[in-house]
Amino acid sequence: MLCEICKTEEATVHLTQVIDGSIKKLHLCEQCAQSNGFDLQGPISITDILLGMGGKREETAKPVVERSCPRCHMRRTDFKKTGRFGCAQCYETFAEDLPPLLKAMHRNDRHIGKVPIREADRLNAMNELNQLQADLEQAISNENYETAATLRDQIMVCRQKLSGEG
Amino acid sequence: MTIDPLLSNSGAWMSASQHEQIVISSRIRLARNLRDYAFPGWGGEEECARIWSLLRPALAALPSLQPEIDVGMDELDDLDKQILLERHLISREQAGKGRGSGLIIREDERVSLMVNEEDHLRLQALTSGLDLPGCWRVIDDVDSQIESVTGYAFSPSLGYLTSCPTNVGTGMRASVMMHLPGLVLMEEMNPIIKGLGKIGLTVRGLWGEGTEAVGNMFQISNQMTLGEKEGDIVHNIEQICLEIVEHEKNARLRLAEKKELYLKDHIGRAFGILTHAHLLTTKEALDLLSDLRLGVDLGILKGVDRGVVDELLMMAQPGHLQKLEGRVLKTKERDRVRAKRVRERLTRSESRTKKVNKTHE
Repeated sequence: MLCEICKTEEATVHLTQVIDGSIKKLHLCEQCAQSNGFDLQGPISITDILLGMGGKREETAKPVVERSCPRCHMRRTDFKKTGRFGCAQCYETFAEDLPPLLKAMHRNDRHIGKVPIREADRLNAMNELNQLQADLEQAISNENYETAATLRDQIMVCRQKLSGEG
Repeated sequence: MTIDPLLSNSGAWMSASQHEQIVISSRIRLARNLRDYAFPGWGGEEECARIWSLLRPALAALPSLQPEIDVGMDELDDLDKQILLERHLISREQAGKGRGSGLIIREDERVSLMVNEEDHLRLQALTSGLDLPGCWRVIDDVDSQIESVTGYAFSPSLGYLTSCPTNVGTGMRASVMMHLPGLVLMEEMNPIIKGLGKIGLTVRGLWGEGTEAVGNMFQISNQMTLGEKEGDIVHNIEQICLEIVEHEKNARLRLAEKKELYLKDHIGRAFGILTHAHLLTTKEALDLLSDLRLGVDLGILKGVDRGVVDELLMMAQPGHLQKLEGRVLKTKERDRVRAKRVRERLTRSESRTKKVNKTHE
């Protein structure tokens, strides 16, 4: 059997793992297994390869403190094992892992669909604030201080509105 | 029993009108989560139970769900769960759940909410025929009502946050169930499945993920949930499905023109087996009933009413069959009872049609 990555060498490393109740198998040659960071002693997650998340491991496998979600205590390895997050906060905790996953799964990496009504109000205020700040910078660089002063007042009001809504 | 009111009809997903021959039903589901709780798969049973006891009264009171049935998964026996599954009101995953998970259905089955499946909430709108925009309007409204009584997990950049990142964004899966025997018989289904895959759509079998296409029934749905608007997803799938309907009509036409004998033989054999078999598995029954349905649609099979075929398609499934018999049956026993009921129903329907024809003569 040939290696599933380079497709030239004979596969000598055979990985098996149960994901969502079905058995996934991966057959690699030693070189590809090593270049993907699998020291053949330690436990290996096939999801690392399938999801492209594992990538190259640290050359020197020093024991590192594993990242975990401050709210639900899900560890990175838990997520990699199940493919599911523990809570909404995990999306921030594991933000670094997300881009390649989302890229493989979706058309784009930004939501452009429905927004909850309450959230929409907050977002509108945020957008307004961003616009006002951009306008303010423009006014200052144009030395248009009268406009700048008005804009500054508007920004104050907008900020108060946002913090008031909490 | 709690879900009994549902059984008086043949299910929202099946009550297709005479014109909806090819598209059986349309469905939209939204995945939603509460902001302040761990997702069901991680939070544990106690947390799930807290969420269910919190959501149950709040959701059951929603105006758009009246009249409703609400039931905990631990209050249902296996047969009830099987029936709900066959009526596309719960998923296989939800059928496996117990305490801490639940279901709220509007009695007409067009709206259903699963609590603590993979996500805290899975909202579904279901209708017969092709009407994804209609489903979206209904479920968008229900969603907004729920949002006003609870706080959703939402991120401005990633949208609705879901347990699995494959659903993040809109959290929406829009799917259309189609009956495509013509394309299957013409051996044109595989290139279509491949083509749909290329434009981000998935094709699944009758009961969703991982199931094969029994009875030439196919579910077509969107794969991606992030980076597209709900309205665009819905419009896109609807247009594609209309195209598939045209392909199916075309395939049926070519079958009738070029392979008439083969087609008649195929349908005649299906009718022969169904009216004379004494053992029928679910798959065999559904496959043959699908052929019968095609025969009725093409006018080849005159003596059978399509309503009867659709009724049998529902009845042949294990849960409904056992419910009708009023008892739990072993597989072999089911095959016997299924064959008997199909045989009797088809000969009854045929003899009645003959009588009607005679009086007309």
